[in-house]
Amino acid sequence: MGRYVIRRLLLFIPVLLGATFLIFAAVFSLAGDPIRALSGDRPVPQSVVDQLRDEYDLDDPLLVQYGKYMGILIDDDTGERSGLLTGDFGVTLRGRPVSEIMADKLPISIRLAFTAFVIEAILGIVAGVLAALRKDGFIDTLVKVSTVAVISIPIFVLGLYAQYAFGVELGWLPVAGVRNGWQSYVLPGFVLASTSLAYIARLTRTSVIENLRADYVRTAKAKGLSRGRVVGIHTLRNSMIPVLTYLGIDLGNLLSGAIITETVFNLPGLGREVYDAVQRQDGAVVVGIVTFIILVYMTANLLVDFLYAVLDPRIRYE
Amino acid sequence: MSSDVSADPVHPHVPLDEEIGATAAEEGSLREASLWRDAWRQLIRNPTFVIGSVLILIYVFMALFPQVIATQGVGRGLCDTAAGAQPPSSEFIFGLDEKGCPYFPRVIYGVRPSLIIGPSVAIFAFIIALIFGTLSGYYGKVIDTVVARITDIILALPLILGALVLITAFRNASPDDPETSPVLRVLTTVFEWVDGFTNVNGIGLVVFTLVILGWPTMLRLARSSVLSTKGSDYVEAARGLGASDLRIMTRHIIPNSLAPILVYFTITMGVVIVGEAALSFLGVGLQTPAISWGLQLSTAQSRIQTDPHLMLFPGAFLAVLVFSFILIGDALRDALDPKLR
Repeated sequence: MGRYVIRRLLLFIPVLLGATFLIFAAVFSLAGDPIRALSGDRPVPQSVVDQLRDEYDLDDPLLVQYGKYMGILIDDDTGERSGLLTGDFGVTLRGRPVSEIMADKLPISIRLAFTAFVIEAILGIVAGVLAALRKDGFIDTLVKVSTVAVISIPIFVLGLYAQYAFGVELGWLPVAGVRNGWQSYVLPGFVLASTSLAYIARLTRTSVIENLRADYVRTAKAKGLSRGRVVGIHTLRNSMIPVLTYLGIDLGNLLSGAIITETVFNLPGLGREVYDAVQRQDGAVVVGIVTFIILVYMTANLLVDFLYAVLDPRIRYE
Repeated sequence: MSSDVSADPVHPHVPLDEEIGATAAEEGSLREASLWRDAWRQLIRNPTFVIGSVLILIYVFMALFPQVIATQGVGRGLCDTAAGAQPPSSEFIFGLDEKGCPYFPRVIYGVRPSLIIGPSVAIFAFIIALIFGTLSGYYGKVIDTVVARITDIILALPLILGALVLITAFRNASPDDPETSPVLRVLTTVFEWVDGFTNVNGIGLVVFTLVILGWPTMLRLARSSVLSTKGSDYVEAARGLGASDLRIMTRHIIPNSLAPILVYFTITMGVVIVGEAALSFLGVGLQTPAISWGLQLSTAQSRIQTDPHLMLFPGAFLAVLVFSFILIGDALRDALDPKLR
């Protein structure tokens, strides 16, 4: 286990650097003129141009720029390491620190991700277990059909339909925005959770059905344990391993992939901010937030792999 | 992980005798056909596959001959700008869009970009995955490590977010700038040509970006099925008979690792079509005057309170198309990969 952790950590670093460098290079180097990449086609005052050149060390080679941006190399101006890894995400075209914007937006994304996570975990597992216990019964068929339907509908189409049905027609929930407290997060939460909810229901179903056939479940039944105990303790505990893994990976997805849901429901979170930054062509904000999101996403995946190894002792890593 | 890749029941194609002579080779190809014929026999009896295929055929027909279904076409002359958006009526079954144009033909014509993008991205990703997945699985060592790290890097980028950044970077780049790299200039020219050829504005860049971000999962599949075939007796036998690496790869390893990739190929088409629609919806994918469901949904969003029909129709057409690909993918998996049943 120890060796596995070290090996994974060693692989984690080059991949993280590679992915963030790709984003950095795409924004700063694909366009002939990096200032254009940062600011788009709009005319930019010379003072801002100078500030950007200085902030992003645009006169250095690309790799050096990246090193300074990430805070791996020492910045000439300040004489110290200051960059993304030390919490300095650069400044926007208006001179506002990107980290300040992120501090504003992050809580909204976290609230949305948390809502979606709770919805998919509870509903997904309950639906999956109910379907598995009455295999080929009514609930099972219902779960099978509805999960295919949900997986087929792209998330932004589902979002628009939900907005129309529950927001406009029925008027049960706010259509968009965050002015209505927790109610604002219910509809986007369901929409963001929908695809994973369907996968979790299917995964739980398959896993429970498989474990119900296992020898240890037969033993538990044979020694006279109640059905509740056989299902609730013996079967579920073992069936939950793949589901927990999926939930863990999905937590990273939920935190990083909410750009569409946040745009549809007009929630001013991180994803929406990236979208807005792309629209107003503010490259600094895009690079800063996307790099941060990649960091969160990869860390979540890494932790899940470790958790998986701890949860299932049958898995042996060399 | 490694335990379930050995003893693969999917690949009965064992062309041991192929190296011996022409007659034997013929016999080998007969037996190869029977694996696929078995799968085919199972598929046409599977209602999931039949429903999915019929739906796809309808969509393909719509993409090839939209003027047969929507006889009036999508010319601007049909539009009644003063009327604006109108709900469905007996005259216009899908109503009028925000510019007063009949919506039905615009929704029908909207299938074309999706059906160009889905298969072409899947094919390019498939080629990359097959070549590098086979090389990396077959030779291992340095090439495997390099390919695996690049795959990890691409997989670390969330699809929509990564595509958003890449596409914007390409759009902001100007080919006239002397500092712009020649590669970029060539790419921009190719994109313009593709856009003109297909008559869909922005399609070249969208396809390119989705290919860049779309190949890694397929490559991992290709690599792992190559690994599981590499050690088999018939490969050893071919090597013993003096077959070259290239021959072993193209004649023995690739044909026997195609099945799982083919399943994922179908799924990829669905994923890519959703990806394009999402990017167009966000305003960075296809650009007007292209007719695309994503663009239509983007317009519809701001009119959700007054004109819900604008989002209802393209959304439903998109969902049913994705649904068909999922059905076919499920059926193919059942037919070609009994392990997963």
